[in-house]
Amino acid sequence: MHVVEKRQLLSAEEISRTLSRLAHEIVEKSGGAQDLALIGVRRRGVPLSQRLAKSISGFAQVEIPVGTLDITLYRDDLSTVGPQPVVQSTDIDFSVDDRDLVIVDDVLYTGRTIRAAMNGLFDLGRPKRVRLLVLIDRGHRELPIEATFIGKTVQTSDTEIVEVRLQEVDREERVMLVDRVP
Amino acid sequence: MLQRLPHLLGIESLSREQIDFFLDQAKPFQEFQRHPLKKLATLRGKTVAIAFFESSTRTRISFTTAAARLGADTMALQAESSSLKKGESLIDTVHTLEAMKPDAIVMRHASSGAPHFVAERLEIPVLNAGDGTHEHPTQALLDALTMRDRKGKLEGLNVTILGDILHSRVARSNIHLLSKFGVEITLCGPSMWVPRELECLAPNLRRVLRIEEALEGADVVMALRVQTERIHEPGLAPDEYIAGYQLTPERLRRAKSDALVLHPGPMIRGLEIDSAVADGPQSCVLEQVTNGLAIRMALLYHLVAGPPADAPHPAKD
Repeated sequence: MHVVEKRQLLSAEEISRTLSRLAHEIVEKSGGAQDLALIGVRRRGVPLSQRLAKSISGFAQVEIPVGTLDITLYRDDLSTVGPQPVVQSTDIDFSVDDRDLVIVDDVLYTGRTIRAAMNGLFDLGRPKRVRLLVLIDRGHRELPIEATFIGKTVQTSDTEIVEVRLQEVDREERVMLVDRVP
Repeated sequence: MLQRLPHLLGIESLSREQIDFFLDQAKPFQEFQRHPLKKLATLRGKTVAIAFFESSTRTRISFTTAAARLGADTMALQAESSSLKKGESLIDTVHTLEAMKPDAIVMRHASSGAPHFVAERLEIPVLNAGDGTHEHPTQALLDALTMRDRKGKLEGLNVTILGDILHSRVARSNIHLLSKFGVEITLCGPSMWVPRELECLAPNLRRVLRIEEALEGADVVMALRVQTERIHEPGLAPDEYIAGYQLTPERLRRAKSDALVLHPGPMIRGLEIDSAVADGPQSCVLEQVTNGLAIRMALLYHLVAGPPADAPHPAKD
């Protein structure tokens, strides 16, 4: 089995424009930025949440707290996978109690990652509201979870993979649709 | 990615990379101890047998709490109340425990090598919580974590270990661990407790019988518990130990001004350590306890999470 690149879903410029639009949407749909905080899901949700916060501070002149969430300990497939995934830090240096939280991740697929993220967040306190932002929604949900803010919706097949490549993590900036072929 | 460790039996057989890995993995669990809700479901449905064939308070509570915070259930076996008193053999006791299908066993035993004996005969991970005068690997890991957090790195540190080195599994595990990181180790205590043979344990190891000399320039001073059950051996009265080896504020001044004081507990104030040192600003004793929880959670997570016990063990592939 190997993977082949099928097509580009977003260019660097399109990612930038999409994030700018999403930043405006967050503020607009939140009635301002009161109590707002972003939670980036490791790994690629982290740079995305930081870019969004920077963008919001640029046009709304308000500093949005940003936290980082590692969902490893909340995964539901730990009893089936082989060597245990390495646990990373969760860095949320503000109280989530009564916060208006937006979870930020790169791709929404089965919804299981977001289920784990919500469990993790509720172990830290009781947020006022939790919404979800994703750069790509690729369908195939296995849980009743939907995003409030979506960069781009893409029709995909089971064998395809959406690869979000970001400068901070991958030294490259674009979103690709790749396929696994036998 | 490192190969999964099937058991934690001792420090001696671990590589420096494996030790670093577990110290790094303790970090998220250190943060976790500050969470308002200290309960995960990561090991939900798993059972950890806590088999202490020798009495213990802190290590037993630490492992039990670590398992509970990861969501595992525990079954406890304690020396005082067990069938051991009735003459059952170790292997029969262990097979009985195994028949109740735990997913791991944490064990302490008065005989050196007992966990290795059990590990060879069981299909589940065995975590050594102290065996005789051999090893106490989780204690050495939590000590190293405390030193690394405070000093930035282990490499190049001068660590002085004080007390009954000969009978101490804490000292032995610490020596194995620290020597892998190039730490300069000084062992100090009454000569019968610091025999010359100990120098064979590690390369950068020296014996010093005078405490003043042993503390000179130390970055870390680790005082061991004087095992009063052994102080009746000929040649040493508690008064002599206090006069010669008690860690006092005056003596501690010989060490570096920012030297850390560690003690594995339980401390006997007024014997191996003066209260002013135990409660002083350099003491890391309570930090060690919290770090113990974090390192044990990290170990349980990596050894116990995964396919159930009756599935083929990945480490055996």
